[in-house]
Amino acid sequence: MSAHMHDHRKSAELSLRVKALVAKLEEAKVTSEPELDALVERFLSASRPENGYRIVARAWIDPAFKALALRDGNAAAGRLGIDLSHWAPVKLRIVENTAAVHNLIVCTLCSCYPIALLGPSPPWYKSAAYRSRAVRDPRGVLAEFGVTLPQNTNVAVWDSTADARYMVLPVRPAGTENLGEEELARLVTRNGLIGTALL
Amino acid sequence: MFERGSRVQTRKKQTRDHTRLPAYLQQKPGIVRECLGAFPFPDQNAVDPNRADAVNLYTVEFSARDVWDSSGTGTILADLFEPYLEPQS
Repeated sequence: MSAHMHDHRKSAELSLRVKALVAKLEEAKVTSEPELDALVERFLSASRPENGYRIVARAWIDPAFKALALRDGNAAAGRLGIDLSHWAPVKLRIVENTAAVHNLIVCTLCSCYPIALLGPSPPWYKSAAYRSRAVRDPRGVLAEFGVTLPQNTNVAVWDSTADARYMVLPVRPAGTENLGEEELARLVTRNGLIGTALL
Repeated sequence: MFERGSRVQTRKKQTRDHTRLPAYLQQKPGIVRECLGAFPFPDQNAVDPNRADAVNLYTVEFSARDVWDSSGTGTILADLFEPYLEPQS
């Protein structure tokens, strides 16, 4: 069976299990389908990549905020009023790209991703190909995304194996010294925050 | 408890059930970069959430050459629980 078919079968099995679980919870009057829908809707409507873009733009113009973001991502997000409380025990870590190091985020074990900051993850992030190849051949994967780095730039791959979620702080593009925070935020891309794009 | 900068060696996985130690990072040398605090140990949590110990979680840095072979490039950083690690001199 192809990996693709296998993924489909697994997802069909999972969806049946979720349906059965929801039916049991409804039966026990613990929750209801509309209540769950509203919960998911509320979570997803607040979970947009613009949250990540705002953190990046502020970090580019405010050195004290940048220092905070690199030290304590949760505190930095909180400072901008971005609510991460639905995954309270999860630690947000922001890793900085420089001329010396380029960071790339992956979850080899499943598909851990900072949804609250970036919105739902793109399908390729969850693919077996990306998850296995990002750690084995990061430069090859980056090249397929159109990213070629100088040989002396170290590629650091962060495998989100546990309770921390990762976001990249990209390098501020040259020639943007005169832009304001909102204009800077518009330069940031989702892939830039995963490390599969340069800005 | 490992200090920042400690040299460690990852263990072989200790369970046939759930673990958060990736197969490709077993029995590899690395350096502790940061302690992220204590979190419920996934290997126990998956079996019984009421009986999961809070265990220190560390960001461990590996050289891709140690993880793969001389064709590896760059570094790999993963968050690994204390029971996955043993000290290395």
